[in-house]
Amino acid sequence: MTSDFLLNLAQAVTKGLLTGMVYGLMALGLSVIFGVMRVVNFAHGEMMVVGMYLAWMGFEYLEVSPLLSLPLIAAIFFAVGYGLQRSLISPFIGRPEHQQFLLLLAVAILLVNACLAIAGPDSRGVQMESQFDSYELGPLVLDAVRLHAALAAVAIALLLWLFFSRTRTGKSIRAAADNHLAALVVGLDVRRLYAFTFGVGAACVGAAGALMITIIPVTPFLAAEYTLLAFVIVIVGGLGSMTGALMGGLLIGVSEAVAGLLVQPSLKSMFSFGLLILVLLLRPQGLFGKSNS
Amino acid sequence: MTSRKTFTRRHLGQTALAGATLIGAPLPLRYAAAQTAGNLKVALLLPTSGIQAQIGQACRRGGDVANEVFADMKMPVKLEIANYDTESKPDVARTQAEKAIDAGAQMLVGAFDSGQTIAIAQVAEQRGVPMVVNIAAAPQITEQGYKFIVRNFPTAPMLITGALALHKEIFKVSGKTPKTAVLMSINDTFGTAMVNGIKALFPKLDMPYEIVDTITYDPAAKDLSVEVGKAKATKAELLMPVSRLNDAKLLIQEMVKQRWEPMGVMNPGAPGLYEQDFFKTMGKYSDFLISNVPWLDPKSAMTQALEKRHAAKFPKDQLDINGGFTFEGLLVAAQAWLTAKSTKADALMDALRKTRIDQHVIIGGPIQFDAKGQNVNIKAAAVENLKRKPTVVLPLEAAAAPLVFPMPGWNDKRRT
Repeated sequence: MTSDFLLNLAQAVTKGLLTGMVYGLMALGLSVIFGVMRVVNFAHGEMMVVGMYLAWMGFEYLEVSPLLSLPLIAAIFFAVGYGLQRSLISPFIGRPEHQQFLLLLAVAILLVNACLAIAGPDSRGVQMESQFDSYELGPLVLDAVRLHAALAAVAIALLLWLFFSRTRTGKSIRAAADNHLAALVVGLDVRRLYAFTFGVGAACVGAAGALMITIIPVTPFLAAEYTLLAFVIVIVGGLGSMTGALMGGLLIGVSEAVAGLLVQPSLKSMFSFGLLILVLLLRPQGLFGKSNS
Repeated sequence: MTSRKTFTRRHLGQTALAGATLIGAPLPLRYAAAQTAGNLKVALLLPTSGIQAQIGQACRRGGDVANEVFADMKMPVKLEIANYDTESKPDVARTQAEKAIDAGAQMLVGAFDSGQTIAIAQVAEQRGVPMVVNIAAAPQITEQGYKFIVRNFPTAPMLITGALALHKEIFKVSGKTPKTAVLMSINDTFGTAMVNGIKALFPKLDMPYEIVDTITYDPAAKDLSVEVGKAKATKAELLMPVSRLNDAKLLIQEMVKQRWEPMGVMNPGAPGLYEQDFFKTMGKYSDFLISNVPWLDPKSAMTQALEKRHAAKFPKDQLDINGGFTFEGLLVAAQAWLTAKSTKADALMDALRKTRIDQHVIIGGPIQFDAKGQNVNIKAAAVENLKRKPTVVLPLEAAAAPLVFPMPGWNDKRRT
């Protein structure tokens, strides 16, 4: 009885960790954009849904696996994100938050309706050969699709860390995020860096979308759910913290899986929000966030 | 200026020829002539988009060939069918019902899902427009004293009683009986009605197995890995899913991934496992799953006519009970109109109450409604997926192939 329970628990934790890694990648984009530009991307979930649709279209019409179309989708998202920041978001930096909120809400509504107009309201999923596969690791059974998605998410997060810690552009972005005025004084092109950051954030979301479509089917109405989920993750992890976003993703993934096992699966979201309330009460800056004071 | 018209011998000859032609015309032409003016306007409300889109579209295909089948069956009737999409949402269903009535619909037919049907039934009752329920099992639809609603589909308790009786027969025929079962159900109106019904009826039906856990989930769930993990942990020998199409696909997909191979997957009277899209998506993993549901009677002449028309119009699509029950819903509407000879609501309702249709498509006795507006003559069949086709395996007198139980493993050679 006890060993059975422990095995089931280990199985749930493993599954939660794998899903949490993709969640983490999704939230990473939101966290990067806020950490550098102090702009909260309320169109985050919608961007992810667009990424899912692009991957679905690649699979459906060109028979390209989402894992293979991922780099192209990330590149498209980077370019669009860069352009969007330069043309639309840049004038709103430094303006009151409610103006930023309304702008990005408008972008979100446009994206959802564009998806609805192009792909319709029906659920769209990819049916790959690996969809039914799993790997055995001792007594644990690992879902192949989830494992591939999680490994890809970890690889992308690692690339992002290398970019921010080893490249000149990455270091400049961090400098601009730490001290905007000083960055201007030393001659950094902060406007370009902000656009670059938004592009990187968007590329993360696009990549997360390409991975997520291998796990679940997409509908346009999924967007709001993912915006909310990304916010829960980054608030729990700490808004603006990359480590926080990744850890928050893992924490939410595991808490949902374990709650589903121990209580009732239909109540699993309640635990994510319970965790959010707890963090807001005890550590408002998030688990890995910096306190304002 | 005046004109003089005279009735000449030539005119008499022409008139006589026209009359003789009409009287002597082949029967189909006469039925076609009868199918023209003053037809009944029927609004067919179905979830043709959204989460239940595939099933809604399967229902609609049954409606799309209805008039042609009526003509084949020499019924002097042609319905004016207007299609409305409920988008799989009760609030939209309500709005669409109001829109249909405003547009002149004299009868409503629909709406596959219990929640949406209840929303439409409230509008039908308020506006005094008769409604024929094609598919919806929540008992309250015919338990609330509605005057304008009839249902040609079993209630949840009827579905459960029929399905669980078939479970026992399956065990008897196969000689294998599971000792434990886990019930997995969607938590919408239909699912809740089914779970409550099973809990209430189970002790009275003397079932040979014990339900060790009940796991409910959102019908719009995108991932059922946690739910299946929990079900697997119970080590139950039988899975009883109360599903729709999308969640049924997720459920079986997760079972394969998590390598959970119970003795069988047998639903207690629910859709999901026999739909065309299920076979298309699940491939070899769709075989040997059993649905205990009302089914099309292959021996009925009307079923044969429906299958023929359906195959001609939708060669790539499979006719199932979604199309069958929707066709029957329209058949009930057509028969009521023929009996009433009027499009007035009261006359149509009187005709609906007196309905007796012996020739129809679903297995069971004649279509008749009791005082509550419920058809109690529908029977269930055990339908097993064999070679990617839903096949009747029980009752034995209607069986098209022998039963396979217990279910072969996911990688068994019999799955090809």
